[in-house]
Amino acid sequence: MIDLSKVQKRTTAQIAKRIVQDIPDGAHVNLGIGQPMTISNYLPLDKEILLHSENGLLGMGPLAKEHEIDQELVNAGKQPVTMLPGASLCHHADSFVMIRGGHIDICVLGAFQISVKGDIANWRTGDPKAIPAVGGAMDLALGAKKLFVMMEHLTKSGESKLVQECTYPLTALAAVDCIYTDLATIAVTPEGLVAVDWVDGLSFEDLQELSGVPMHRLRK
Amino acid sequence: MIDKIVPSVAQAMQDISDGSTILVSGFGGAGLPIYLLDALVQQGAKNLTIVSNNAGNSGIGIAKLISAGQVKKMICSFPRQPESGAFDDLYRAGKIELELVPQGTLAERIRAGGAGIGGFYTPTGFGTELANGKDTRVINGVNHILEIAIKADYALIKADKGDRWGNLTYHRTGRNFGPIMATAARCTVAQVNQIVELGALDPENIVTPGIFVKRVVRIGD
Repeated sequence: MIDLSKVQKRTTAQIAKRIVQDIPDGAHVNLGIGQPMTISNYLPLDKEILLHSENGLLGMGPLAKEHEIDQELVNAGKQPVTMLPGASLCHHADSFVMIRGGHIDICVLGAFQISVKGDIANWRTGDPKAIPAVGGAMDLALGAKKLFVMMEHLTKSGESKLVQECTYPLTALAAVDCIYTDLATIAVTPEGLVAVDWVDGLSFEDLQELSGVPMHRLRK
Repeated sequence: MIDKIVPSVAQAMQDISDGSTILVSGFGGAGLPIYLLDALVQQGAKNLTIVSNNAGNSGIGIAKLISAGQVKKMICSFPRQPESGAFDDLYRAGKIELELVPQGTLAERIRAGGAGIGGFYTPTGFGTELANGKDTRVINGVNHILEIAIKADYALIKADKGDRWGNLTYHRTGRNFGPIMATAARCTVAQVNQIVELGALDPENIVTPGIFVKRVVRIGD
């Protein structure tokens, strides 16, 4: 049994900052609702990274302050936002042309489960009482050139969210490129999962055991 | 002489009959034609199929229409929202149908409907439960599923400025589904903040050309 109390888990902010390291200057990026949206707080000023919002906004700025709020200018989570100089607006079909047509460089989504092949399940757990809602997740998962996932490594009951086969309803097959969790950064490659980095207090063997799926380590 | 300006929202909604399929613009509250929806509740048409990104919340707009028992079926991508109880309760009770559609597929099905395209193949949704029963095809080595166009009897949309020919501009992300929905309905009704003289809108900036619009109604202050 691994003593997780000695492990220095990454906070949400630390995961966000880790993801930012992998977003190049000039990238067009879509951030999913929830945790991924917080990445916008850590974008470096020395890079021009354009945020796309699926509801028809490219060049999205920070959340609107009280005096800036315009209820007709919102992000994918329906929060009032601002526009950067150079921003553009388009209708929904064009916005998804950007997504599905492979024009968005990176999309970051949350997830319930990721399989060793990069299948992603992130839109419903199958709870019959829950109202199913898919939004743009299926389009984003397949359409963006690269799909990053930001999530906790383990469920609240301690099960790995990395699985051999997803048991929750799928969002997309073989779509994920890289997974950023509170414990590690893991790339999905044709040779399987590859651990790129992991937090202090955790060995690669611990990470493998906690993850419960086959994994290589990056040879440096 | 072409004059698409209608004096009231009530008149703009007058001829909507029971069983109609209606496209409703909006992404949450942004771009939602709330005054047209209120008038539709007053008008009382029933057994409606509503196509919209969301299924209404906070007791206004589509939620009000659902609460009034006027909606038979929702075609949408994201019914679940804070305070989306009107839809949630009827859905759990099996009293409203839901056709869940990925958001980009929803937009493209509407665009195809407006463009006279019967359907299209998309990779979105392949291998998921939303692909069940749909035709599949491998194109350039990629798995696709067939999605069928959506056409409607009415489109209720929110725009910013309009003129008597039905030319429209939008405000910010309130644009969302408006321009594509305008093309995909037999009768498109636009709720606008302002009516301007013909020629006042810069042709370079008109987003929806008037050909797609049948009625323009200015909302009160």
